[in-house]
Amino acid sequence: MAGISIYNHRDECSAGSTTARTHDFRMSATPDSEPVLSLEDIRIGFDKGNVLDGLSFSVAPRETKILIGESGSGKTLILKLAAGLIQPDSGSVQMLDHDLGRMSEKELLAFRRNIGFVFQEGALFDSLTVAENVAYCLREEHVDEEEIEPRVRESLRFVEMEDTLEKLPAELSGGMRRRVSIARALVTRPRVVLYDSPTAGLDPVTSQTIITLILRLRDTQGVTSVLATHRLQDAFGLASYEFDGRSGRVVPVAHNGASRPSGAATTFVVLREGKVYFEGNPRELADTRDEYLRRFLL
Amino acid sequence: MATTDPKFLEPNTISVTGAVAEGAKRWVLHVQEYSVLSARSVTNLFSPPYYVSDVLDQMDIIGVGSLPIVLLTGFFIGAVMVLQTAAQFERFGQTALTADVVSLALVRELGPSITGLLVAGRNASGMASELGSMIVTEQVDAMRAMGTDPVRKLVTPRVVATVLMLPLLTAMADFLGLIGGYLVSAFTLRLNAVTFWTRAIDILVFSDLMQGLTKPIVFGFIIATVGCYQGLKVKGGTQGVGRATTQAVVTASVVILVSNFFLTKLMLYLAGHVF
Repeated sequence: MAGISIYNHRDECSAGSTTARTHDFRMSATPDSEPVLSLEDIRIGFDKGNVLDGLSFSVAPRETKILIGESGSGKTLILKLAAGLIQPDSGSVQMLDHDLGRMSEKELLAFRRNIGFVFQEGALFDSLTVAENVAYCLREEHVDEEEIEPRVRESLRFVEMEDTLEKLPAELSGGMRRRVSIARALVTRPRVVLYDSPTAGLDPVTSQTIITLILRLRDTQGVTSVLATHRLQDAFGLASYEFDGRSGRVVPVAHNGASRPSGAATTFVVLREGKVYFEGNPRELADTRDEYLRRFLL
Repeated sequence: MATTDPKFLEPNTISVTGAVAEGAKRWVLHVQEYSVLSARSVTNLFSPPYYVSDVLDQMDIIGVGSLPIVLLTGFFIGAVMVLQTAAQFERFGQTALTADVVSLALVRELGPSITGLLVAGRNASGMASELGSMIVTEQVDAMRAMGTDPVRKLVTPRVVATVLMLPLLTAMADFLGLIGGYLVSAFTLRLNAVTFWTRAIDILVFSDLMQGLTKPIVFGFIIATVGCYQGLKVKGGTQGVGRATTQAVVTASVVILVSNFFLTKLMLYLAGHVF
């Protein structure tokens, strides 16, 4: 399938002309045994009390962690905490060997370029074209203009949106905007991608396209992902299928994704009243007899 | 059967003092946040990265975009001033003084104030709605997530552009105001061009020009920082954007008029002691 070489290109770049950011990032790369993301006893509240109240979990390298919870349970908040966009009232957030609570906003701005963030509605800059949106981060990093165009095309080819280069976000459908948003998130070749309800409000066919893209990114590039959703069918889709690079097709996983041969495990975290109510693999969730959890399975 | 939560039936125990204290705290918080934003918009000028193309874009939007309304308004302000003052001066046979009054009033007071208010109405609202929409659609968060400081990228270019453009717009408004004044005085008072322009220019001294071109710098800073602040603190979706837009125009206009008094006082003091 076209464009799946996007991360293979990273090795070529890191050997030669890639930016200092990638170099620094690789210097401080997390060992495979260490969690990529770790949240410890997080508390954060607003006017109506604590939204997260003693929440803790961690995400291993190459793992896909799926956050499930009712609306307002704090899924988006967790993603924003993981990216350092907000700070908890108490507790610590460790991401890629950095304690985000100890970093200044200036340090966080530089650090966030190591993370891809796909926002719920895409959050594309509406005054910029698709190509300019995808190239935004590269231009901020002062990457050579000659290098920017092929990387933008490569990213857009990965999400099968190469023909929309000069379009404005307003000219795209909701699903297309999400795909461009994914292209924008992965153009900097991050090791971690955070997805905030990437299929919310989309029809089933478009949702499936988005989930397939996330699968491809996970299985061909080994990207660590945290995905917030309230659509369990998407979550089980990620757990039950994998992308076969040789055939270029999505195929079912025999053991339901608990631990793939590639090491890309998929695990679920169910939130309730600001805490982790359930953490486990897809099989454990599917077999649960817990009444609260079964509400999500219906 | 529907029941009412008992807590909603309890009498409202918030005292007047408590409400006033809460309001005062919120107001102080707003002032603090506004001051921090304003300070950061300036300190960003002393360290990279710089967004020069954004500054140029904003100069085009604010300067060139506002030019037609500023010129039109300036012209008619000058014209109407002649109509109003001529009637008084005719009684004393001193119609030539009309040029002095129009020139002084426009350069020292009306030019900066009217231009400031017009640009506040057009651009403070534009900034608030644009930035507010970016907040609502998470574009500002996306910017931060991609490693860009929104204050540096969005606020500083607008502040720089408005501060640079407003004095130029004011100068243009003053000039068109004088042309408007001259045309009306020529047709109604039969004042000749040499008399009008000689008196209009001779009456102005250096301190008048200083006053007329310093005020727009302060007004420009107020317009941009108030517009951006109102935009960046939007809450509550599109309704919040609407509220912020209105609030930006109202706040910027009031602050311009209030600060105009103190600036005039300061400028008159400086004119007497320094210039």
